Amino acid sequence: MKLHPIAYPLIGLALILLFNAFFTPGFYALELRDGRLYGSLIDVLNRATPVLLLSIGMTLVIATKGVDLSVGAVMAIAGAVAALLVTDKVSFLSVSHSVLLVVLIALVVATFAGVFNGVLVGKVGIQPIVATLILMVAGRGVAQLLTGGQNVTFNNPALERLGTGSAFGLPMPFVIFIVVFVLIAVFVRKTALGLFIEATGSNAEAARLAGVASDKMKVAVYAVSGLVAGIAGVIACADIRAADANNAGLYMELDAILAVAVGGTSLSGGRFSLLGSVVGAVLMQALTTTILTRGVSPHATLVAKALIIVAVILLQSPEFRASFARRKHDPARA
Amino acid sequence: MALLEMAGVSKAFPGVLALDSVSFSVDRGEIRALMGENGAGKSTLIKVLTGVYASGSGTVLLDGVSIAPRSPAHAQELGVSTVYQEVNLVPNLSVAENVCLGYEPRTFGKINWRKVNERARRAMSRLNIDIDVTRSLTDFSTAVQQLVAIARAVDREAKVLVLDEPTSSLDKIEVERLFTLMRKLRGDGMAIVFVTHFLEQVYSVADSVTVLRNGVKVGDWAVTELPRQKLVAQMLGRDLDEVPHVDHREAIGTDVLVTVESLGRKNAMEPISFDVRRGETLGLSGLLGSGRTETMKMLSGANPADSGVISVSGIGTRGSRLRPRSPRDSIRLGIGLCPEDRKSEGVCPGLSVSENLLLVLQARRGWLRVIRKKQADKIVSEQIERLRITTPDTRRPIENLSGGNQQKVLLCRWLVAEPTLLLLDEPTRGIDVGNKLEIRKLITDLAKKGMSFVFSSAELEEVVNTCDRVVVLRDRRKVGELKGAEVTEQNVMARIAEGEA
Repeated sequence: MKLHPIAYPLIGLALILLFNAFFTPGFYALELRDGRLYGSLIDVLNRATPVLLLSIGMTLVIATKGVDLSVGAVMAIAGAVAALLVTDKVSFLSVSHSVLLVVLIALVVATFAGVFNGVLVGKVGIQPIVATLILMVAGRGVAQLLTGGQNVTFNNPALERLGTGSAFGLPMPFVIFIVVFVLIAVFVRKTALGLFIEATGSNAEAARLAGVASDKMKVAVYAVSGLVAGIAGVIACADIRAADANNAGLYMELDAILAVAVGGTSLSGGRFSLLGSVVGAVLMQALTTTILTRGVSPHATLVAKALIIVAVILLQSPEFRASFARRKHDPARA
Repeated sequence: MALLEMAGVSKAFPGVLALDSVSFSVDRGEIRALMGENGAGKSTLIKVLTGVYASGSGTVLLDGVSIAPRSPAHAQELGVSTVYQEVNLVPNLSVAENVCLGYEPRTFGKINWRKVNERARRAMSRLNIDIDVTRSLTDFSTAVQQLVAIARAVDREAKVLVLDEPTSSLDKIEVERLFTLMRKLRGDGMAIVFVTHFLEQVYSVADSVTVLRNGVKVGDWAVTELPRQKLVAQMLGRDLDEVPHVDHREAIGTDVLVTVESLGRKNAMEPISFDVRRGETLGLSGLLGSGRTETMKMLSGANPADSGVISVSGIGTRGSRLRPRSPRDSIRLGIGLCPEDRKSEGVCPGLSVSENLLLVLQARRGWLRVIRKKQADKIVSEQIERLRITTPDTRRPIENLSGGNQQKVLLCRWLVAEPTLLLLDEPTRGIDVGNKLEIRKLITDLAKKGMSFVFSSAELEEVVNTCDRVVVLRDRRKVGELKGAEVTEQNVMARIAEGEA
């Protein structure tokens, strides 16, 4: 049986939802209050949003045979920049009157961080894991330096709405994610960029000889990764009305990588699936929420999560399925 | 009885008999060159001797005693040391540590560093190499690193020293220094096996030659009794008197398309000049390592040249004279490269046949002007029909195709982008005879329609029967150019074999 690659994480997600339908009372209950939906399902989407955003950029980076470990730190930087600007703590840049400008500057800074990674990988030729490790460590340091090690709190309804508001009945962060996802998906799939990215990840030298600007592709995907990390960072800080340089986005790069892997994009580069990563990220959050609501001992939560993820990843590995099928049909071994 | 005697050595890999009952010997105080083209079995033989391939049939006698090296380390203990093309030492250790690695002199179980350095210094001075042995190996050039590797081998009391293409990355002076060292070791009674592609070097340092071809030993000769031409003929397996009948197009226009002026790259290719006319197939011929691939890579911008320029006629006046710095530079001039190594530089595995085929065209159009699906399908099916590519489904990954069909897809990749000059580096390598002929026929047909090609092949017969003119390369420089009726295997071989003209 050969299924579309995205089928495996979808089956996983369906199983979790099915499980909840029987065993978690009220999981599917939705309630409309003040023009906004509430319920476990909405909660899953809302909580998954930061990883969802990161996984878009991470998918593109991984498609070029790279990895971006710095996204968590970039989230912290973007949050710090936004919080400082909105509280007018930057003496030479007084933009607190315009939240749009605040967000824009934070995103420019985040994108610049991505470009820094991209240049190290694409132009200088440093291994992605090393290149982005630099910013993973240094970036959080920069964020801490910016905030002076303190949480920078603010009180700005317009900015807060990005984290806690709603639109079309859905949480604002999730709506922002949908918009970003559609824009980026169209951008790479309706142009030839997707092909160039896949060619670069599949065989960078072949792509270069064919006239693909593989080095520029690499810079571009890290820039996108920085941008979406910036968006996630601004949302995260708007959500808690503060920039927390120590904890914002902490370890989230690992969740994003996992979401991409669960979603069926090979970590060795080439073919990628943005939608797969979305399913992967939602699956992981649904899993976490389920485990928590099932009252599993908190100490066992991570292990339970890991076991289920291992199962999903094995299922979508062609090699594993092949060996499984062989065993079944091999009478000598039966 | 010679110091090292290998007899009846065979080694089979799935589907290939890499060595077929080969005998090989080298004696004390002898430098024996081991020669052969790609796939001749040189490296397999060396690997059997040095224990990389433990299981091969046949006998290996060292000093009259039968040995069976299980690993390179074991071979070294037995007295057979090898220095590879790529230096296999530990770069960030000191020279002395590298020389003594694994055999460090100890005092009460502790490494005696004074003795380590002393011993390394002695080993180096024995070879007349004057360097500071306490410095890190990375401080020195590849050439010196190679000398250190040899010093290490000599320190191990090696009886047989195998040098596997040690000169590939060395310049002339460094090669001379290596030769001086080899002569000295020969004087000390060591048996040296010298694997190389360079004819010059065989004649300047070796005493005797063994030639392999397709896993079979062709023969042993003393260097003095084997003229160059005969050596080349033995390696290529062609009789010098054989004159194939070819219909060469004498009437190639004088319409020069691309002029290459002194294009060179340090340590890779001496400056080379030639031109390519419109509608011409220009052959590049020479032995392995003679600079065919290097020339094409410079021309295509893949490995940019560091001197010289190329000019392309008919592409405006501005920017038509330049030195390409990247493949994109060359593609803009209408020059494309179909590389030699299909796997590492050609196909994008995982991507579909169709995507692979359209990659160059799409890259040329840029990221915004996407080839519409209908148009893409049309182009792909046209090409598949034209080259008779066998594929069940063009949306399937390209690696499901056979090598020959993959090669055809890569050719199409360029043909649909309509370059004015296509560089084909061994386009017929590793594919079956039928596909070889089809590809050559395609080239000839397209050339008649006005497209230009630079073509290389390890098989001389193919070059001679496909090309209108042939540029002959030896030891990374151009040594001749043949046109029209002069293009014969005999002439090409003669040029390859000639001494310094």
